This record gives sequence, structure tokens and C-alpha cells, in this order.
Amino acid sequence: MDYNAQLLMSLPELVLGAGGILLMLVAAWGGQASTRAVSLAAVAVLIGAGIALGGPASSGGEAFDGLYRADMFAAFAKALVYVAAGVSILIAPGFFQRTSGDDLRPEYPVLILFSAAGMGLMVSAGDLITLYVGLELQSLAAYVLASFMRRDARSAEAGLKYFVLGALASGILLYGISLVYGFSGTTLYAGIADAYAQGSSTGLLFGLVFVFAGLAFKISAVPFHMWTPDVYEGAPTPVTAFFASAPKVAAMAMAVRVAMEAMGPAVEQWRQIVVFAALASIILGSVAAIGQSNIKRLLAYSSIANVGFALIGLVAGSEAGVASVLFYMAVYIVMTLGSFLIVLQMRGADGQQVETIDSLAGMSRTRPGLALALAVFMFSLAGVPPFLGFFAKFAVFDAAVGAKLYLLAAVGIAASVIGAYYYLRVVKTMYFDEPAPAFEGRAGLVEGSLIFASAVVISFGMLLLPWLSGWTTAAAHSLF
Amino acid sequence: MIDGLPILSIMLAVPAAAAVACIFAGAAGARWIALLATLVDLVLGGMLWASFDMGPHAAQWQFVEYQPLFGRFAWAMGIDGFALMLILLSVFLMPICILASWKAIEKRVPEYMAAFLVTEILMIGTFAAQDLFLFYIFFEAGLIPMYLIIGIWGGVNRIYASYKFFLYTLLGSVLMLIAMLYMSATAGTTDIPTLMAYDFPAGVQTWLWLAFFASFAVKMPMWPVHTWLPDAHVQAPTAGSVILAGVLLKLGGYGFLRFSLPMFPEASAEWMWLVFALSAVAVVYTSLVALVQSDMKKLIAYSSVAHMAIVTFGLFAFNAQGIEGAMMVMLGHGLVSGALFLCVGVIYDRLHTREIDRYGGLAINMPKYAVLFMLFTMASVGLPGTSNFIGEFLALAGIYQVSTWFALIATTGIILGAAYMLYLYRRVVFGDLTKEDVKAMPDLDGRELVSLGAIAAVVLWMGVYPESFLKPMRPDVTRLIERIERAKPAGDSQPTPGNPEAAKAAHGGEEHGSGHAAPAESHGEAH
Repeated sequence: MDYNAQLLMSLPELVLGAGGILLMLVAAWGGQASTRAVSLAAVAVLIGAGIALGGPASSGGEAFDGLYRADMFAAFAKALVYVAAGVSILIAPGFFQRTSGDDLRPEYPVLILFSAAGMGLMVSAGDLITLYVGLELQSLAAYVLASFMRRDARSAEAGLKYFVLGALASGILLYGISLVYGFSGTTLYAGIADAYAQGSSTGLLFGLVFVFAGLAFKISAVPFHMWTPDVYEGAPTPVTAFFASAPKVAAMAMAVRVAMEAMGPAVEQWRQIVVFAALASIILGSVAAIGQSNIKRLLAYSSIANVGFALIGLVAGSEAGVASVLFYMAVYIVMTLGSFLIVLQMRGADGQQVETIDSLAGMSRTRPGLALALAVFMFSLAGVPPFLGFFAKFAVFDAAVGAKLYLLAAVGIAASVIGAYYYLRVVKTMYFDEPAPAFEGRAGLVEGSLIFASAVVISFGMLLLPWLSGWTTAAAHSLF
Repeated sequence: MIDGLPILSIMLAVPAAAAVACIFAGAAGARWIALLATLVDLVLGGMLWASFDMGPHAAQWQFVEYQPLFGRFAWAMGIDGFALMLILLSVFLMPICILASWKAIEKRVPEYMAAFLVTEILMIGTFAAQDLFLFYIFFEAGLIPMYLIIGIWGGVNRIYASYKFFLYTLLGSVLMLIAMLYMSATAGTTDIPTLMAYDFPAGVQTWLWLAFFASFAVKMPMWPVHTWLPDAHVQAPTAGSVILAGVLLKLGGYGFLRFSLPMFPEASAEWMWLVFALSAVAVVYTSLVALVQSDMKKLIAYSSVAHMAIVTFGLFAFNAQGIEGAMMVMLGHGLVSGALFLCVGVIYDRLHTREIDRYGGLAINMPKYAVLFMLFTMASVGLPGTSNFIGEFLALAGIYQVSTWFALIATTGIILGAAYMLYLYRRVVFGDLTKEDVKAMPDLDGRELVSLGAIAAVVLWMGVYPESFLKPMRPDVTRLIERIERAKPAGDSQPTPGNPEAAKAAHGGEEHGSGHAAPAESHGEAH
């Protein structure tokens, strides 16, 4: 295949990479004053990359001798990543303006662009080395983003924690990759699959366990979830919103591709690991969230539980299962971004951000619209019909039942009731309790319309189901 | 006959539009909008009843609408006789609920009215849904408005009650969802009428039945998962209690009737002992608990559990009397318990306490109230001439054919029911009028009189001429019996046909309604 065609397949990453480098130069020379321009340009770059997805990037071909896949699956995941990254850029200026620490610096959108490029490589990887390079590109940008408020101790702590634990996880993953390479003789997914298909040796099995442990860290599935609440709490809220959405989707898509393409023949081996991770994530994410008083920590545990639900779709290991994972993640990022957008509106009398759940008390009377939107997100996260979150849970459990995993489905859905308790607690605080002092200020035009849009999607998104399920099915089909 | 009009969808659209209008209206406006919308739905319900074809060749499912929606979901609506009656019950009680909240609710009226209208949509939708997952969505979404109604407008301990209500019922329902997913995957359809004729293997039926049972037993509620009910009832505002007792409890019975029995007949027979055992405990235990309550609402709540146990007894009796009786108890109990909660609400609005001891001698200063309360008390006891007598008698007759011992236990519920209801009535209405604040309580006003009077009229109608209510359901009962006949367990009573000729002569051949089904059925059994 000629080289130009191969480059065209990776056009989204090229756009992001070139745009990122260019904007970094602008930021270096333009300084603080260029923040607004760089932010808008970064969003434009993301949109450009999104448009590029429509071309050869989703044609289903392979580039660079199988190192890079340009299929529908990758394209769907990238589209979600770009949306989440764009929202994270748009909501940042207001937040940094209000917090007394640093103003937003133009490096912020640039880092997000690099991170998005890394995520694109992660989901497109057809080789373990491509995967690792993409993962590190994404992670390095993320470590810096976590400590973006340099003078804030919590933010610095979050960055450090994320870095140390992330490096550990990368090490575990790399160790697994080296084992797999050593026993299969290749890092290409197709070759690894052949090696597993010929029967699993102890070395390959160990490699599989380590690779999955590394992946579990990246999607913050139990028992590798410990970093999540601390990092989510400490990082600046727009960054937390970013962490909870884009890298989650990318890591989940990456895990799905590794599980299905590289280790598909070893499904019986990894299924046990994923079943445990799924149920443990759901149960621990739900139980540990009950005691939280900080809304960001609560949402962190909620993200752990949600990853558990998405993993149930992966356990099914079928085409419907993969489609359900993608659908679940798509719905999940809308709910999560919406919730974090509302967290951004929680400001005390002096304009400072507040994060306690108690400060939401009586919000249904002081800010009825905002309260309604958050209630919609909470009921949707709890999986109560008719909201879109119910349909996402429906899809993963349907896939599990289709794969005859009845016990897993029954236990998983019963555990979701525990989760409903703490989501309800937020609704109760907003609707049943006596009003606390109202939050200061109104949502800006951008934030307000984003909240409105996500609430509308969650409430009436089921009307989009024919299209959504068409896309997710096409995306899942490209893995089989 | 109103051909081609999607009357069921209109019944859902009217409250939906009104709910949106309420949000944007003031308090007074919201009250009127809600009342108007529920009255329009009542009229539509009346049209539904009037044009429901009860002829011998009538279709089982009428007013059918079908519109594929998204993915595997379809807007499939349609009703049979059971659903018709329960929809009528819902639309009849709704305007009364709105009237009951007219003055009692002062804070956040627009949201309150909107929540009630949404509840109405979801109730009608649940009864009319013909698609498995559409049913689930309506069934489950009903938790949200009720959670808010209890939590925002409830009593002192409302938050605990609202949580308990939500989580209990959610836990029951999610297992049902897994069962539904399995059914749709296995049978390849989500169409409820098709599934009602689909034969699942007996081994699978057991698990599916248990999953559905988990949901419906909590909704019903059956002992020992009934404990959310007294809390929810006591804490909910009056109208919330009326809707809970009147309609939402019927969802469990409707579920048994629509899903458990026709879809899993073998498993229903297999687990009959469980249903009977739990119902027997419930009848005796909750009646005794009701006897010692000092809170009026709690007493009525426990009596609801006992009455619902008669319903589950009747449903699983596997014969026509049992099922007809269960339906009649559901309808009668919906009216009577709703009315009793209204009666409590009337005096609660005046004195703001539900303690039985704080009242006494109301017959002297509130005669109209005393008369109506007396009627509903007697109806709850099951006095002939009132709605509950028909249902309880039929249900007990049905149970007797299956198990004489369980019939004996179920009948003690009637006796105990008389004990706690009459004891309640004596303490509240009779006795001396000694307390000053009680003396100052005015009698019923026009609004309360209309609400209670309307229910009283229907209670008497149902007791005197039950045929109006039984007729639409009879073909469906026959179909259900045909469906479950193959799994019918042997009864321990041996009813003999008696002497039909003599009986006919004695009654002058003027039997209708409940009368004629019994001999025919026992006749069939003896041969």
C-alpha cells in the first residue's frame, strides 16, 4: 500500500499532533494573552480531527504493516474522545477565572490535544508497542493536567499520585507485554492471537494476567482503582471531568480491542479476570460511595462502578457485548460531563468552588433548573427508566444474558441497587432538605447550554437509539 | 365506537401536557389544570369502557396501537378486560386525589400536581403496555414521582420512608429485568400477548417465575417484604397514600395475572405452596398487627397487606372464582382503602394528628363524616352489599376448591378484619365528645363530600350489581383458565355438583354474575 494512503488513514492523529505542536508554539510566544485564542483553536483542531474521521480513518484498513487500525471501532471511540476533550477545553476558562489560584494558561488546551492524540493511538493500536506509545503520550499529558493548579496543594498531590501509580501500572503493563512477546514472538495482535489459539503456555497466561492488570489500572477497575478518588478530588474540576470521560473511553476501547483481537482465543482465561473486576468494581464503587461527602469523590466512585457495568458487556465477549460497551461508554460520558458541569456551578458566596454534597441542600428551590438537570443525571446513572442510562445498562445486561451469563447479570444488576442509594442521596439533598445558601452566579452561556444539551440527551436520547445502535454495531462488527 | 382513535395514547398525552403546563403555572392554576386533566382522562376512561367490546366474539386485545420505536422497543398498547378495569380505577381515583390535595398541599403546588400527573401517565401506561420492555419502563419509572411525592410532601420521617420505598421496589424489579431479557432472547419477541402463549421449558420457568415473583411480591406487597408499605403510607401525603393503596399495590396483582400465571403455568403450580404460605402468614399476622396500631394510617396500611394476601390466594387458586375474586378484591380494595385514607386525611387536615386516641365522639359533631366512614369501614370488613364482599366471597370460594385449610386461614382474615376496623371506628367516631379541639372540628365541606360520595356510590354499585365490572373480565378469565388448566394442582376439597335442578328452582333461574360461575365450575371438577 502506498505510504500516502497509510498516512491518510491516521489523519486524525496527524491533525491533532500538528495542531498541538503549532498551538504550543503560539502559546510559547503569545503567553498568557493567547489563552482564549489557543483554546478556541484547539477546539477547532478537535473538530478538524473529527471531520478527518469520516475519511479513510474509518475505512476499516490497516496502516503501517498492521501497527495501526483505521476501523469503525476506533473511529467511534475517537469521536467520543474528541467530544469529551472539546467540552473539557470549553469549560476550563470560567473555572480558572473564578478560582483565585492560577488563571488558565494556554498550555491547558495544548496538553489536552496531545492527550487526545495519544488516546487516538491507543484505540487504533494493532500492536502492543503502538498501544504503549499511545498510552504513555496520553498519560504524560494527563499527569501534567492533574497538577495544573501549581499553587494548590491538593492539585499537586493529585498529579504526583497519578504519576507514581500510573508509572507503576505502565510498568506492570510493559512487563506483561514483554512476557507476551517472549512467548509468542510478536507484538502484533494478529500474531499474538495465533499464539493463544495454539494453546496457552504458562508464560502466555502470565503475560495475559499482567496485561489485564495494567489495563484495569487505566480504566480504574477494582482492585486497581485506589488512585481514582484522590486524583479526581484533587485535580481541577475541568480536568477531573476530562479524566472521568475521555481517557476512560479510550482505555476501555483499548482493553476491548486487546481482549478481542489479541487475546480473543484465550477468552476463557481472561473472562475470569474481567468477571471479578466487573463485579468488584460495581460493588466496591457503590458501597464506598455511600460514605462520601465530597461530590467529586462521589462521582469518582460512581465512575468506578460504571466501568464495572461496561466490563459486563466485555465479559459477554460477543459482538453485541462489544457494541454494548461502546454504547455504555457513550452514555456514560454524557452523564458524567453533565454532572461535572453542574459541580462547576457550585460556588460559595466569595465565588470559590464548593464541593460538599451538603451544599446542594434545597437546590431545587434556589436553582430549580440546575437541580432538575442534576436529578436527571443521577436517576440516569442509577439506571432508572426512562432515562438514557437505563438503556445503557439494558444493553450490557442484554449482552450478558445473550452470552448465557445469568448469574453475573443477576448479581451485577442487584448490586446496581446499592448504587441507586447514593445517587438518590444527591436527589434527596437537593429536593427534600431545607435550602442552604444559594450558589453564587449563573452558568455562563457555554456551560449553561452544555448542561441543557446533556440533560436533553439523557432525557430524550432514546429517540436516537436506532442511529446509536447502528453505529455501535458497525463499530463492534469491525472487531470480528 | 370510536374507531381508529388512539385513545390510550391520548389518555397518556393529556396528563403529560398538563404536567408541563403545571410547572409553568402558579399554585392555583396548577390545581385547576391538574383537576381538569384528570377529569378529561376520567371521561376518556368512560369512553374506553363504553366502547369496549364485550360481545361473545370480541377480540381479546382491544384499542391496539403498534408503532416500532427504537431498537427493540415498540410503542405497543392494548387492553383486555383486566387492564380496562384497572385503568378505570386509576382514572377514577386521580381527580379525587387532586381534590384531596386542594388545601392540604400548600408548598410547591405546581411540582406536586406535575408529579401526580406523571404518576397517572405511568400507571395507565403500565396497564396498557403490550411490549415487555415498555411495560418495564412504565413500571419502573413510577418509582421516581412517588419517591419525590413521599420525600418532598411527606410527614416527619419522610426521608427514611422514601428511601425504603425506592430501594425495596427497585431491588425487586431489577431481577425481573434479567428474566425479561432472557425471555426476549429465547422467545425472540417482546410482544406480551405472544409471550402469554409461549411455552418455556418447565425448568426455566422456575427461575423466571422467581425473578418475576421478587418484583411483584414487593409491589403487592406480600409478607415478609411488606415492611416498606406501612412506612411509605404513614409518611406520604393523603393523596399519595390513596394512589399507593388504590393503584400502585395493584401493579403486583396485575403482574401475577399478566405474567406469572399465563407465561409460567407450571412454575406457578410448583410454587403455589409458597404463595399460599406467605399469604396465610400475611392474613393472620398483619391483621393482628393492625389490631394494635395507634396510628390510623398504619392500621389501614397493615389492613391493605392482609387484603392483598387474599388477592394472591385467589390468583393462585387456579380457578375462575379465585381469579375473578382476586380482581374484584383489587378493585374493591382500591376504592375502599383509598376512601379510608381520605377519611383519615379529612380529620388529619383538621387536627394534624393521626393518633387514634386523640379523637373520639366524632359522630356527634361530624355526622356526615361518620356515616361515610361507617360505609367504608363496613366495606372494608366485607359486608354484603359492598364491593369487597363480592371479591372476598369469590376468592374464598376459589381457595376452598384448592385447599380447605388455607381457606380456613384466609377466612380468619375477614374476622380479624372486622375486629380491627370496628375497633378503629368505635374509638374514632363513637364515645363521648370530650376533647375541646375535637369539638371544634367542622363537618365535611362540599369538596370532601363530593370525593367521598363518589367513591361511596361506586362501592355500593360494585356490591349490588357486580356484573358491570365482572362482565368485561369474564372472557379473559376463561382464556387464562384454559391456559393454566394443564398445570392445575389437585384440590383437597371434593366439591360435588349437588342438585342443580333444585338450586335452579330455588333461585328462580335468576342467577347472574358471581352466581352462575360457581356451579358450572364445580360441575366440571366433579367429572
